[in-house]
Amino acid sequence: MSPRLAATTLVPGRAAGPVLALSEPLSLWGGVDPASGRIVETRHPDYGRSIAGYILAMPAVRGSSSSSSVLAELLRGGVGPLGIVLGEPDEILVVGAVVARELYGVDCPVLLLGPDDYARAASYASLTIDAEGSVTEA
Amino acid sequence: MSPTHEVDLTAEQADGLSGGLGLGVQRAMRIIMALARASGARRLIPVTRAHVDGVLYQGQASLDFVDWLTSADARVAVPTTLNVAALDLLHPGVFRGDEAAAAAGRRLVDGYLQLGCLPTMTCAPYQTEDRPGPGEDVAWAESNAIVFVNSVLGARTARYGDFSDVAGAIAGCVPYAGLHRPEARLAGLIVELDPSAFSSLTDESDFGALGLVVGELAAGRVPAILGLPPDTSEDALKALGAGAASSGSVAMFHAVGITPEAPDLAAAVGSDREPAHIHVDAAMLRRALLGLATAPDGPIDAVSLGTPHYSVREFGRLRAVLGDTPGSVQVEFWVSTSRGVLAEIAALGWLEDIAAAGVTVLTDTCTYVSQILRNPGGITMTNSAKWAFYAPSNLHARVVYGSLRDCVASAKAGTVVRTGA
Repeated sequence: MSPRLAATTLVPGRAAGPVLALSEPLSLWGGVDPASGRIVETRHPDYGRSIAGYILAMPAVRGSSSSSSVLAELLRGGVGPLGIVLGEPDEILVVGAVVARELYGVDCPVLLLGPDDYARAASYASLTIDAEGSVTEA
Repeated sequence: MSPTHEVDLTAEQADGLSGGLGLGVQRAMRIIMALARASGARRLIPVTRAHVDGVLYQGQASLDFVDWLTSADARVAVPTTLNVAALDLLHPGVFRGDEAAAAAGRRLVDGYLQLGCLPTMTCAPYQTEDRPGPGEDVAWAESNAIVFVNSVLGARTARYGDFSDVAGAIAGCVPYAGLHRPEARLAGLIVELDPSAFSSLTDESDFGALGLVVGELAAGRVPAILGLPPDTSEDALKALGAGAASSGSVAMFHAVGITPEAPDLAAAVGSDREPAHIHVDAAMLRRALLGLATAPDGPIDAVSLGTPHYSVREFGRLRAVLGDTPGSVQVEFWVSTSRGVLAEIAALGWLEDIAAAGVTVLTDTCTYVSQILRNPGGITMTNSAKWAFYAPSNLHARVVYGSLRDCVASAKAGTVVRTGA
């Protein structure tokens, strides 16, 4: 049985679903189409894939602070990620997820994992995030 | 990993969070507390001013958010300036988008004004007499404004953005984290300009390219730049910061001997620290300049200046260069600026001269976030590293990069002219 990975909860919530592990950092603003959830940054290795309906695993976040708005807009339209697992803390995504919950009642937990646990979580095909902020392979 | 830490609140902050100061403050405080958890802050500190970027329309969520605040009767607690909007509110006729987009952009501005924000509509809120001073804690958004206020003015801001910027303005406090902490402001990298690099810094476009190089080298560290000319202007530092923020999310740099927290290298670095030391030569600057071009030198469709917003001094130089370059402007020629700077250049009589020379001044917005250019996907020449960096993805623009003198000469020739100045 795979271990429960203890995470720091940046935004609480529950989620379960397939993992999309990004191999490179991504700016949601300018990098993701807010209407469809598709990655539109042509230089990104995951160009063309959609983040909708996935638990997004991001080693690091980069780019514009307008990404908070893009995350809220994605979640409003039902084309956002189910949850986000980070290898480095990020305030921009936290704010976007918190605002989406306040405005639309959409749960998008954001968790921070240590390097080893992040690598493990990113390697799973699917994940469950529980209300206590634990991550398990699903 | 450790469980979520506690944030110590003052009695007033706790009152705000529990709703004792009204629903508006409570909603803002909930966002500030989420930010505090994410940034590891143990306490909140007061801010004296805020600058809000959330006024640029990004979708229905932008409007829903401001409505959520206005419906709670929220008001900003400190003087709060606004960043650029989606359209030029003073000259709405230049907007080429549809009426729905214009209406949404306008409604978003109205929402922020209802919160008590000031209608400054500029990405360069530091180009005014009343601006933050050394040691002042502020809540500023907009990457070029953040790097300028930290580096050139010596005021302190972390990197705020959509939603968190106005939350800080309404709550009047922010997490004690990031560049609010003096120890986080010390240089973690020394970037030394070789004499060859020093002598190639002749135009603001060169400082923008230097900014891109510094941003790429910074990798999350605060860079201390050694060897800049002692008379480096604020406009040049603006271009440098905007470039470094674009390529490397740099939120602060030191220009040793120039910026307030770096009278000398020791002050910028702090004691008992030996940061990495990297040299920049003219070849690296040259590569950065060439890397900004996504189109070959040849016919151009437009020229765009003023990203970040043009200053009064820059307009003075543009007016002079327009005057001493023969011929007349053959292509679309835009300069983006604030309504405040527009009023100043109008009072000086410069606006008339510039307009007569074929230049259109755009206010309240910017050519790379609004629908302004006749042919956004065409070839546009600019002296702004930030514009050149973002416009290819924002507008699918093709870019040629050059000095102010090159931009003016090219606009008059209709094709790229390299003046060597």
